[in-house]
Amino acid sequence: MNTTYVAVLELAAGAVLVSAVMTLWRRNVRSIISMLSLQGIALATAAIVLGWHEHDAALFVTGGLVLVVKGLVVPGVLRRVARLDPRSRESRPLVNVPASLVIAALLIVLSYVVTSRITSLAPSDATRLVPIGVATVLVGYFMLVTRRRAVSKIVGLILVDNGIALVTFLLTSGVPLIVELGSSLDVLLVVVVLQFLMVSMVHHSDTEQLTEMKALHD
Amino acid sequence: MLILAILLVPVAMTLLAASVSWHPWVGWASAAASAAVLGLGVALCVATMKAPEVALHGALRADSLSAFMVVVIGTVSLLATLFTPRTMSQEMQSGVTSARYARHYVVLMEIFITCMLLAVVSANLGVLWVSIEATTIATTFLVSHRRTDGAFEASWKYLLLCSVGIAVAFLGTVLIYYAELHVGGSAHSSSLDWTSVMSVAHHLNPNVTRLAFALLVVGYGTKVGLVPMHSWLPDAHSQSPAPVSALMSGVLLTVAFYGLLRFRAIAVAALGTTYPRTLLLVAGILSLLLASAMLITQRDLKRMLAYSSIEHMGLLVIGAAVGTPLAIAAVLLHVLGHGITKAVLFLSSGEIYFLEGTTEIAKLSSLLSRRPVLGGVFGFALMSLVAFPPFSLFVSELSMARAEVDAGLWWVVAISLGCLGVIFASLTRHARQMLTGTPSGTEVGATTARSVAVPLIGALVICAVLGTVSWPLQSLLAHAAHGAMP
Repeated sequence: MNTTYVAVLELAAGAVLVSAVMTLWRRNVRSIISMLSLQGIALATAAIVLGWHEHDAALFVTGGLVLVVKGLVVPGVLRRVARLDPRSRESRPLVNVPASLVIAALLIVLSYVVTSRITSLAPSDATRLVPIGVATVLVGYFMLVTRRRAVSKIVGLILVDNGIALVTFLLTSGVPLIVELGSSLDVLLVVVVLQFLMVSMVHHSDTEQLTEMKALHD
Repeated sequence: MLILAILLVPVAMTLLAASVSWHPWVGWASAAASAAVLGLGVALCVATMKAPEVALHGALRADSLSAFMVVVIGTVSLLATLFTPRTMSQEMQSGVTSARYARHYVVLMEIFITCMLLAVVSANLGVLWVSIEATTIATTFLVSHRRTDGAFEASWKYLLLCSVGIAVAFLGTVLIYYAELHVGGSAHSSSLDWTSVMSVAHHLNPNVTRLAFALLVVGYGTKVGLVPMHSWLPDAHSQSPAPVSALMSGVLLTVAFYGLLRFRAIAVAALGTTYPRTLLLVAGILSLLLASAMLITQRDLKRMLAYSSIEHMGLLVIGAAVGTPLAIAAVLLHVLGHGITKAVLFLSSGEIYFLEGTTEIAKLSSLLSRRPVLGGVFGFALMSLVAFPPFSLFVSELSMARAEVDAGLWWVVAISLGCLGVIFASLTRHARQMLTGTPSGTEVGATTARSVAVPLIGALVICAVLGTVSWPLQSLLAHAAHGAMP
């Protein structure tokens, strides 16, 4: 029974990271959004498996919330944005795709190095997987910095957030429920508002403005 | 009881503003609500001098530091909301906004104020995080209130950058929770409650706390506007309506800074002073250097004020890095002085924009002779900003420098003074351009509306009084500084 728990947890955490790297690889916005949806489901699985193992009802609630918010609603909102902007391909990332994948590999190694001192405080099957969450955060940052399109930036933000959620589950079996609720709803709100701003910008001017925001500078 | 009342006032005002359509009296009611918060805040200061107040079974907790922050929020939001009726009627006149958006504006302002108040009176460090993040969402819509391309772009940048930044702060908070959970090697019950974290702060695992504090400095630092995470700040401040800029610059930045102050106390208890001090000094000095460089060539009035906010946040963080009781007390006085001064400057720049149609420094001139009252207020506020005596920023900057010397940080004083010198020179140059010169037009000596002049002059007088007689504040500041001590 314990081995099943470990295997499922490892699989779920692994799926979170793999889907993060896939978003760097794919250029088509639709397939990137499918990856995010997969990531949300994997994240929810991790929370529910942990909740089952720790007999923690709060984690079940959190897992259900994550499934709805990050597996369904957020990707749904992003699909609307993608429909709005038909030429939705990341045309000119600052770093090309093969180089991005190499950098992602380096970031994964880096996250193992930095987290080893943290997890040694309470070694367990769950904390052993924390570097995977940290790597997801770093990949998200990389995406935010190197991709120009507005949609890609939102994807980067969601990756960062999912990575942090995974670290939270693995490290502490979730923070107090109220904080967890706050942070999940927060992501939802942020994505909805970003979407709203994109829609407003599109209605206000031509779509070109969405890629290159250069109206404000010193 | 007092704490609950402080939160309920803006909540009630939010509901009121949401349920009726826009009318100037809604704006005046929201100013009255801010005045009530300020009054209750003063009462809370008195009450917390004896012992911290607790409400809702310990979910809310206010010590002198929280109470002081409530007063700062109350003061600045009073100034900002006093301008709501005027700003809205100006914008409706020029077709920028409609009654529908004016209603949204008041509702969002009240939500914004409620979130800031919740941040400073919540007992839980996780709730502190949630409420600071909630301010971001409320203010995003306020930044885009004017619905121009620039405003949308600014609010997009603001929301994206601050969400990413604050996510990092969440990771830091989680790590503190993790360290609290495993104090002494075994698993404990843990809650992120401020008093329970502080009671075990000395035993937190140093490796975990070190990483956590670095993440918290980056995360909350984004919201404070510290370099290199500052790039949202000039855009957001320059695109928002003037009262929103006043609130954001005057208190929102310092509410995030309040979060840093609390976590610094935890970090100092767990790690000693050296590590937190180094991190904060680096962030503070970088901000100061960048702000002084950017101020030299600034062409826009509101962006100039925004960079000056980065400068003052840098000074606050340096003061927090020193971290002696004198330094923290000076930092808190600076928070209040800067809040009031920046609010006056942003509000009068809003008035200047309305009257002159531009905020470009090169296009403004001879304000003093054409609009003596408005120009005078603006000039005096700038003097306050560059820490002329008798204004309170002079006292607080002097005390911070003294605390830095006491801590043996001579080089920090030298760098700060160098930057302040450069900033003084560039602000004076910009001020000369805007204020002096011979008027070319006919409208010499135009009068300024009393509803503009009275609150702004009153605020400046308060700043000057605080700088000369600090008696009402001295014991409060000393007491509040203890809230930020390990």
